[in-house]
Amino acid sequence: MNATAATVDAPARAATDPAGDGRPILSVSRLRKYFRLRGGSGGVGPAYVQAVDDISFDVATGETLGVVGESGCGKSTTARLLMRLIEPDDGEILLDGRDVGGRDGMSLRTLRRNVQMVFQDSYSSLNPRHTMAEEVSFGLTAQGIKRAEARRRAAEVLEFVGLEPAIFADRYPHELSGGQRQRVNVARALALNPRLLLLDEAVSSLDKSVEAQVLNLLIEIKERLGLTYVFISHDLNVVRFISDRVLVMYLGKVVEIGPVDRVYGSPGHPYTRALIASRLSMDPRRRIEAPPVAGDLPSPINPPSGCRFRTRCPLAEPVCASVDPVLDRFGAAPAHMAACHALVPGSGHSQAPGRDAGTALETGGSPT
Amino acid sequence: MSAADFTPADGHPGTFLSVRDLSVEFLSEGMPLRAINGVDFDLHLGETLCFLGESGSGKTVTMRSLVQLLPPTARIGGTVLLDGIDVLALDADRLRAIRGTQVAMIFQEPMTALDPVFTVGHQIAEVVVWHEGVSWSAGRARALEMLELVQVPSARRRLDAYPHELSGGLRQRVMIALALSCRPKMLLADEPTTALDATVQIQILLLLRELQRELGMATIFVTHDLGVACEISDRVAVMYAGRFVETGAMVEVIDEPRHPYTIGLLNSTVHAGSERGKLAPIPGAPPDLLDMPPGCAFAPRCPRVVGACRERVPDLEELVPGRSARCPRTGILDC
Repeated sequence: MNATAATVDAPARAATDPAGDGRPILSVSRLRKYFRLRGGSGGVGPAYVQAVDDISFDVATGETLGVVGESGCGKSTTARLLMRLIEPDDGEILLDGRDVGGRDGMSLRTLRRNVQMVFQDSYSSLNPRHTMAEEVSFGLTAQGIKRAEARRRAAEVLEFVGLEPAIFADRYPHELSGGQRQRVNVARALALNPRLLLLDEAVSSLDKSVEAQVLNLLIEIKERLGLTYVFISHDLNVVRFISDRVLVMYLGKVVEIGPVDRVYGSPGHPYTRALIASRLSMDPRRRIEAPPVAGDLPSPINPPSGCRFRTRCPLAEPVCASVDPVLDRFGAAPAHMAACHALVPGSGHSQAPGRDAGTALETGGSPT
Repeated sequence: MSAADFTPADGHPGTFLSVRDLSVEFLSEGMPLRAINGVDFDLHLGETLCFLGESGSGKTVTMRSLVQLLPPTARIGGTVLLDGIDVLALDADRLRAIRGTQVAMIFQEPMTALDPVFTVGHQIAEVVVWHEGVSWSAGRARALEMLELVQVPSARRRLDAYPHELSGGLRQRVMIALALSCRPKMLLADEPTTALDATVQIQILLLLRELQRELGMATIFVTHDLGVACEISDRVAVMYAGRFVETGAMVEVIDEPRHPYTIGLLNSTVHAGSERGKLAPIPGAPPDLLDMPPGCAFAPRCPRVVGACRERVPDLEELVPGRSARCPRTGILDC
């Protein structure tokens, strides 16, 4: 797989787009989704799960953006919002600069021809009564392509993901192994020739030896078809392995985003630091001796005020409870951002750098 | 290993658990399905042994067969000597008496292992009252002591919590408290950290390591995750298609894997130092247990396979003391 050499120098690629239209393929701003709970909070008024709360990011054409975070951080909700499987409460999602719906927006059908998704559970995401050929060609016929043509295309993509159509086209999901089923899911996603794939824990439930096969397949496909990936996973090593940039989420917020080597090499947010330090070493001589962070994730129903990580954060100070930190640049790398008061000059946090140390000199009045 | 906690069992000095030629067969649509085959091992007090393998390799079935926690269709063969007791010969009553007191088990999903309609304090106390015949107030006192032992914050208040009121990490701590409440000599842990988030997983692994050091139990830990195995175990048995294919000290197996499956597993695991495009997966998929190849079960995927591998199952041969592999070609390290 020497083809991967081309992806590796992704940072060298113009940070946004080789297509040359000056826009990222996907642009998300101020996206918000709260889920209302039945039965309320037990207190006053209804309760909401603040699954995704005011997040913004871009995805550059041709890159792999990794999204990491623990359960309840909103990473899967984000993927579903991007795919319009659920409607956002607020915010904007632009594909090629165009909104979905509305008068000038693109139709759902156009969105889904361009963006496809692969889910974690290879079994439940396939219809048990469809053969693999039917499963893969279903989306094509839904998009108005004739059945015979759709079948031809299905055979082509099955072959492309390494499943011999003569053997697999007429099989049902229960006749396939987990790895083969996930290949079918990838084939189904590719059938419409999308430009962006949302991979939501796509390799997480596979055995290690099979996970490696599917990861290699994903890397190869991206290279050959020039795709863009949003790769969502709880596995920090896999995300580092496959991504160009990484976005770290915690309880519905983006806490850090940046080039993969920056985020893993010099993380800015204390949560990112804890997450990275929680990775197991694979060396019995270098075991972890103290937990990088104490406690569990709080509930996203009534998340802590201010910075949501403050209840577990070793750096927490009063300002963290009263002011929401803003995702902002810090340090030397321009594309590396984190949302932590301890990084912002004049934030009122005792560990914040001096005002002249930062790049931005004045950011207006600070709460002191 | 703590030598202080060493309690020799009769006949096997230092050995707490001795398993010989263990096999488990299920009846699947009338066909016998061999889930595990010819498993042999010994375990000392204070020692942690890890069964490492992928789904269907037989790691959980092996563990459960040690206390006969299998469905009635299972036929268990071989011998399991636990502190001198022949476990496979015990009747239901005597089995119930050793489960919890001699051997306890923790599971992957605490929400299904705990009873949703009783408080956690009640559940722990019940075990102590049942097994030790003490009063409920003594049981409750033990429950508090146990919650403190597993470092549940505000333990006294948490006694009256229901499982659904606790976070995933706390539930797992409660399950560990429940398992240890009658001070078992052996702990069976079936992927207890797999469902947890990364920052919580490491907390539970550290807790288990600490408890192991303090209590000197014999521990068997089932996992599919090499990273977890490295954090917790002294020795490892790598399983494939119902057999041990490689055993040895954790450090030695990681440093110098000898069976081609172990080598393949190491190469296909993405770790912190993995470089892009360098994954070398094992081709194919594990065999169907109902349709096993005649020789070595790994032969169809093995880069070192020779004709003999397809004819008979290789023996688990000792390479050096304490280290063995089920492969006739372990000396050939060219793959």
